[in-house]
Amino acid sequence: MFKMNVVRTLFALGLMIGCAQGAQASLLDQVQKRGFLICGSNPGVPGFGLPDDKGGWTGFDVDFCRAVAAAIFNDPTKVKFIALSAKDRFTALQSGEVDLLSRNTTWTLSRETGQGFLFAGISYYDGQGFLVRKKLNLSSALELSGASICVQQGTTTELNLADFFRGNNMKYEPVNFANAEEAVRAYEGGRCDAYTTDASGLYVERQRLTDPEDSVVLPEIISKEPLGPAVRQGDDEWFNLVKWTLYALVNAEELGVNAKNVDEKAKSDRPEVRRLLGFEGNFGEGLGLGADWAYRIVKHVGNYGEIFDRNLGEGSPLKIKRGINALWTKGGLQYAPPIR
Amino acid sequence: MTAGSDGLSPFKAMKLRRHPALEFWYDAKARAILLQSAFVVAFVALAIFAFIDVRANMEARGIATDLSFLGKVAGFDINQSLIPYSAASTYGRAFVVGLLNTLLVAAVSLALATVLGFIVGFARLSKNWIVGQTAMAYVEAIRNVPLLLQLLFWYNAVLKPLPSPKQSLPLPFGMFLNNRGLFAPAPVFEAGAVWLVAALCVSLLAAVAMRLTPKRIKFATPSRAFFSGVAAALLLVLPLAAFVGAGTPVAFVQPELKGFNFVGGVRLLPEFVALVLGLSLYTAAFIAEIVRAGVEAVPRGQREAAAAIGLDRADADRLVIAPQAMRLIVPLLTSQYLNLIKNSSLAVFIGYPDLVQVFAGTVLNQTGAAVQVIFITMAVYLAISLVASLAMNLYGRRFALVER
Repeated sequence: MFKMNVVRTLFALGLMIGCAQGAQASLLDQVQKRGFLICGSNPGVPGFGLPDDKGGWTGFDVDFCRAVAAAIFNDPTKVKFIALSAKDRFTALQSGEVDLLSRNTTWTLSRETGQGFLFAGISYYDGQGFLVRKKLNLSSALELSGASICVQQGTTTELNLADFFRGNNMKYEPVNFANAEEAVRAYEGGRCDAYTTDASGLYVERQRLTDPEDSVVLPEIISKEPLGPAVRQGDDEWFNLVKWTLYALVNAEELGVNAKNVDEKAKSDRPEVRRLLGFEGNFGEGLGLGADWAYRIVKHVGNYGEIFDRNLGEGSPLKIKRGINALWTKGGLQYAPPIR
Repeated sequence: MTAGSDGLSPFKAMKLRRHPALEFWYDAKARAILLQSAFVVAFVALAIFAFIDVRANMEARGIATDLSFLGKVAGFDINQSLIPYSAASTYGRAFVVGLLNTLLVAAVSLALATVLGFIVGFARLSKNWIVGQTAMAYVEAIRNVPLLLQLLFWYNAVLKPLPSPKQSLPLPFGMFLNNRGLFAPAPVFEAGAVWLVAALCVSLLAAVAMRLTPKRIKFATPSRAFFSGVAAALLLVLPLAAFVGAGTPVAFVQPELKGFNFVGGVRLLPEFVALVLGLSLYTAAFIAEIVRAGVEAVPRGQREAAAAIGLDRADADRLVIAPQAMRLIVPLLTSQYLNLIKNSSLAVFIGYPDLVQVFAGTVLNQTGAAVQVIFITMAVYLAISLVASLAMNLYGRRFALVER
């Protein structure tokens, strides 16, 4: 792990020296010339980002990368995924090893002001919770005083955990691991009384335990975890492209355009739909893309709701409810600025 | 070949046509100085250019380039700290915590590895077949399995299956063992303990003084054994007398099961135990081979010569064999020590909060100061290794050949 970080840092140094003077080609040009997108993904969180037995990748965050690739290349397969642990992800994005980080990463102020990133929006509204063994008979996280808690290091989780216990005047022992996998294994082995991460991750990890029925998720959500794709600062065109890919997905769901009916909807008279699919105006041009950029996204990857259902919701083994991730028209928080 | 035919190499042929203004170029010393200074200038210029450029590029991307992050509040907790630390402490303090944890695990492992390594090394030299073969089996088994796997083995296979705190294994002296670690009573010193400390200091000083007594005075007394006996008595009897005399001023706080875990007493983390076990067992195997090689490298004639001048076996070992063997052992031992110190960074895989885990892990990630953090971490390992190597070189001088 340390070695990887050293390699990444040296790589970053080399790159920063490399791109010394003169104007650099924009990232979109570089990606187009290269012929594929490089996306930083989760090394293995089912539902969000997971390589399958055939070497393909599936998941909610993975599909977002595919949507960006579909907008640029009209081909969702033109993505190279790089698995990044929580610890390594920022160095990889800073150094330019990946074009885009789509890996359930929390949007915070310091990540934008101190680390040189921009978050393109919130693709998943999450919050931190606790997984504990049923036989402890706990009903609230406030009963965890004195407990040993396994946590993945280099995450906002680690900080929220400290805040929560400090704020409630309780003691605890943090046991930090570089990977979620090791942290969960330590919890399962009895080293810790609880495992903590974002609630979505808790449901996923619980499914992967040898005996999921032995553990329960406590009701408290102790933090706000707005997760979304992040890019490097300094390339507004690329930032816009990633941001509007996310908005196109949400707008498509709101307008009822999905992968199945997108060709049919092309005949629609609704001006919003016509603008989205590129029949009125040429909004793709400003993004450096063709007029049909959003059509390509929906055609190949589907809309926000389809991506959610397929990977996390009813169409997946996780069966996570839309909850606050429902559209604003349905009582949730997902809201996209209009395409016009 | 043509040039060689008239007895001149091509170089020498050129030399004949050298220009007077370039005369200095043909002076080997001047040329060396010139080339080397040119190299140094180029290297320094490149380093300065790289530094300025990296800084400019990082600033252009909105990444902090200074060390001010060290003074900011860390906001995360660490489960083992030798100095007071909380989430309200700074990143700089978290760095010190990680550094001390690294030094602690390295120091304990070094001591254990050395003791075990010497024991196994001598065992390999033993004439007893079973002892020799056992030692060899140990060395071959440990030396040929990657250290990381051994650490994972100790952590996951040995320590994890221990019982939960509620079913702790009681050990002698009020200690408990469970999957949260080893818990032992903590000594608490009462007022009278000053006498105990004073007695300890006095007897230690006396023992050191005796050790430093010139040989000619020592040899005037009955025997060496007598001297050792007096030293041991001093070390044992005086503190014991003070302990009883002051009314047993040391109390022990027993660890107690409270809620999730034991509270009170001293605690060794399972991560610490696994790391110390893995590192010291692994390094001991290499040290054992070094010890064996060092002893075997002393020519057989030396022992025979020692016997010829009437030294018994123990004196021959101590006065003739050991100094010559140590001359070979110490430099090799140094490199094993350096390996052990650097290998301690594998702590990150089993969740022990060492320098790499805390600083190059969490701090790097929370601050985004990747370049600064990695450079500091590398500099720290370099400094630790240089100090260790310097200490070993000074120690090794004792065994250097003295030319008379």
